[in-house]
Amino acid sequence: MTPRIAADEARDILPASTPQERLRNFCIIAHIDHGKSTLADRMLQITGVVEARAMRAQYLDRMDIERERGITVKSQAVRMPWQVDGTNYALNMIDTPGHVDFTYEVSRSLAACEGAILLVDAAQGIEAQTLANLYLAMENDLTIIPVLNKIDLPGAEPEKYAAEIGQLVGVEPDDVLRVSGKTGLGVEDLLDHVVRTLPPPVGDADAPCRAMIFDSVYDTYRGVVTYIRMIDGSLKSRDRIDMMSTGAHHELLEIGVSSPEPHPTPGIGPGEVGYLITGVKDVRQSKVGDTITTSIRGATEALEGYADPKPMVYSGLFPIDGSDYPVLRDALDKLKLNDASLNYEPETSTALGFGFRVGFLGLLHLEIVRERLEREFNLDLISTAPSVVYHVVMEDGTEVEVMNPSDFPEGKVSEISEPITKATILVPAEFIGAVMELCQSKRGNLGGMDYLSEDRVELRYTLPLAEIVFDFFDQLKSKTRGYASLDYDVSGSQTADLVKVDMLLQGEPVDAFSAIVHRDKAYNYGVEMAGKLKKLIPRQQFEVPIQAAIGARIIARENIRAMRKDVLSKCYGGDISRKRKLLEKQKEGKKRMKNIGSVEVPQEAFIAALSSDEGDMPKDSKKK
Amino acid sequence: MSSGPTSGRDLSVYIHVPFCAVRCGYCDFNTYTATELGGGGSQAEYPRNAMREMDLTLAADRDAGYDYDRVSTVFFGGGTPTLLPADDLVAMLDHLRTLIPLADDAEVTTEANPDSVTRASLSRLASGGITRVSFGMQSAVPSVLRTLDRTHDPERVPQAVGWAREAGLSVSLDLIYGTPGETLADVETSVKAALACDVDHMSAYSLIIEGNTAMARQLRRGELEAPDPDDMADKYELVDDLASSDGLSWYEVSNWARTEDQRSRHNLAYWRGGDWWGIGPGAHRHRDGMRSWNLKHPSRYAAAMTDGSLPVADSELLSAEDRLLERIMLELRIVDGLSVEEIPEETRPQLAVHRDRGHLDADALAAGRAVLTRQGRLLADAVIRDLVP
Repeated sequence: MTPRIAADEARDILPASTPQERLRNFCIIAHIDHGKSTLADRMLQITGVVEARAMRAQYLDRMDIERERGITVKSQAVRMPWQVDGTNYALNMIDTPGHVDFTYEVSRSLAACEGAILLVDAAQGIEAQTLANLYLAMENDLTIIPVLNKIDLPGAEPEKYAAEIGQLVGVEPDDVLRVSGKTGLGVEDLLDHVVRTLPPPVGDADAPCRAMIFDSVYDTYRGVVTYIRMIDGSLKSRDRIDMMSTGAHHELLEIGVSSPEPHPTPGIGPGEVGYLITGVKDVRQSKVGDTITTSIRGATEALEGYADPKPMVYSGLFPIDGSDYPVLRDALDKLKLNDASLNYEPETSTALGFGFRVGFLGLLHLEIVRERLEREFNLDLISTAPSVVYHVVMEDGTEVEVMNPSDFPEGKVSEISEPITKATILVPAEFIGAVMELCQSKRGNLGGMDYLSEDRVELRYTLPLAEIVFDFFDQLKSKTRGYASLDYDVSGSQTADLVKVDMLLQGEPVDAFSAIVHRDKAYNYGVEMAGKLKKLIPRQQFEVPIQAAIGARIIARENIRAMRKDVLSKCYGGDISRKRKLLEKQKEGKKRMKNIGSVEVPQEAFIAALSSDEGDMPKDSKKK
Repeated sequence: MSSGPTSGRDLSVYIHVPFCAVRCGYCDFNTYTATELGGGGSQAEYPRNAMREMDLTLAADRDAGYDYDRVSTVFFGGGTPTLLPADDLVAMLDHLRTLIPLADDAEVTTEANPDSVTRASLSRLASGGITRVSFGMQSAVPSVLRTLDRTHDPERVPQAVGWAREAGLSVSLDLIYGTPGETLADVETSVKAALACDVDHMSAYSLIIEGNTAMARQLRRGELEAPDPDDMADKYELVDDLASSDGLSWYEVSNWARTEDQRSRHNLAYWRGGDWWGIGPGAHRHRDGMRSWNLKHPSRYAAAMTDGSLPVADSELLSAEDRLLERIMLELRIVDGLSVEEIPEETRPQLAVHRDRGHLDADALAAGRAVLTRQGRLLADAVIRDLVP
């Protein structure tokens, strides 16, 4: 395919001077694996900004993990020239993060656009997270272009899903576009459609500069690269800028657009999307959602919608090899440069040694961070069961935020509250019963139910976040044969009858297994965990009771019977060297044991106990 | 602890005969079933090579300043030493005598398979200077023997023991307990059958399924049930009860003897840090803190003999820590135990801990010795780990 205009010929659409009516800013809302990146790649190719031979599959996903797992964590913008009816336009495509944990970042990406392509796999239909992002886009008054992708696949059912999304968006099924990102079929039409149907930006060109940060990425060589959408006014490469949330001043070192490689420009005009570099080294100094203005004749009022990302889920991360602790610390320090929502502090566990208590936006965020630590820094890690933040009010009126069950305050508790979520589950109608049963058992309250089509249902629940982070997603998947999709958003808190359950080995608490659970579930948790530990902890020279306790009250108990035989029966001349070496090895192993009182537990046992119910995170809703 | 060359010491000699008629499913010993191995490694060539090794070893010891007054014990092990003609074993013993005098009261043992001896061969062994025979009985229960791939008829054992006694040999029987499928009643049958032979000595080993054996493969395929440590402990206690009530008492974790004289002096030499030669493929030797071991394959071993070089594969010189560890590891397994003084101060407080857990005999400890109780014998490795620094 030949581009309609060569990128360097489009002199009437330069970033500093393109009239707003020649701009179109859009994003693509899609579920993981519904083909967003492939479609984006095809657009890059068709508009000529990336030559075919330079094309890597999924150009926009830069991190290995993203590429491998086909998910986009960090968004980027790309500027593409396009010609319709002889007029040149600049299209800014903003690649949004596709996951529930990054709702805030998604909302900022949406706020940078006038329209969104709703991209749905013609063989699978819409998924819960896509639906949630669609609603978010509609609330932001974005113009929606519904598109079915992968229409070339044999399993595609375009009629069925066109009807489904047509109903959601409020258009006739015939108005749903059909493309194949893979073959390029329909992509030119789609680009024309973007130009024709999306409204151009309508910023005030003469007002003081206001630019919204929708992404902020740390680059080893250049420091932080900040992606912005100019709302009002413009920025020039010599301007000094202010971050309106903090009042910090920065010198602009570079300003430009990416298409998709960075192209410095003399400035960026109103309605435009671009990047800037100020030399700051930490993304916390350039926060998503913040408003940038010029230091001289700057704006007085920031744009709406800025929020500080707050960790919702905490987990302890411990190096399996204790001597890796400094490596883990340095690795977290490095990741933090590029992840404003990551926070952590040192934690010491009797069972697991030295590590960090790390706060995450959600389960996927946890998993991505952990995987990056393991892969990029060559660490072997164990993570404790994810926990949410509880607000505890003591009888004496003291209030405590508990992010780690082992920090649960001693003494009389008057009230505990926990975060709750609004959860949306999309599921084939045949599984309604199973899903309701599951949600019921997870303390869910049904808020409503709608049929998206005759066999697909949207269920809306209020669910405690703690229940979702436990093993909800795994169970949901297994009860629906993989067909359910889930989206949730933290929406407040509720008081609940929660208790802290401790696991005791020979009377000594094992911190890594303490949990805050609903009183009705404490017994089950205790029995299950005691059984698991019994299986994993090797027999000792004496009997070891494993108990689950709420305060001083024992609610479940198991016994590890005393070991009776630990002797090599033959030890003659030729056995001696081997036997001595074996003993030396065992002795070394003994040194690596964690001592809980006089009970020696191999760290592997703790690791296994923590790993075995660590389910897959809701990262991948592929149907089998 | 001795160090440096000495003279006037006793020597023990182990002679490894690496041949068997069949390889048992549980066996990971250095043994071969072919009668003809290439490169001079055959059964027929074996005695001459062993004698050659004795010559070389003697010369090497003398060069290093070690000169032994006498040989106090000899042990033919295997493999199945009695697969060789009795004359061959006697010839090897005679050759040894020409190098170092054999003590008047020397204990000379051969291992034997009940199948591989006759009245005549046992008589020949006895007249040639062998004083003791240790039969691999393993079990008296046919199904258990089958699982172990043992080919002998259980009836054969009392017969062979009878012939050995007739020849004037002291007799020991080896048992294996814990074979997959074996019941407590089976163990009782076997131990009683062994004791009914009126033996002087009995060894009983829990079956260890080493990773590279046929039995380990069966286990991995799920064709056999994995041994259960509690079941093993029950069986050990049963063996000990039955042996004790018949007048045999334990003197090492896996060994029982009727009288102190009938304990295996050869094996005690291993446990008490004596010096010994190891003759034959893969055999280990110990000389004053130096352990070495031979090339394993009979053909490679034979090639070394043809070259006239010592067939040593490798060796290690024990550090003071190694020696201490070995001492605790070996002596704690025997009935005399070891003196509290031998236990390093750092771990000495563990003695009381293990006494309180019932692993060490309280009276013996009060008298200054660490001696395992029966419960402690079953947990010997755990106790040893706590006592070594």
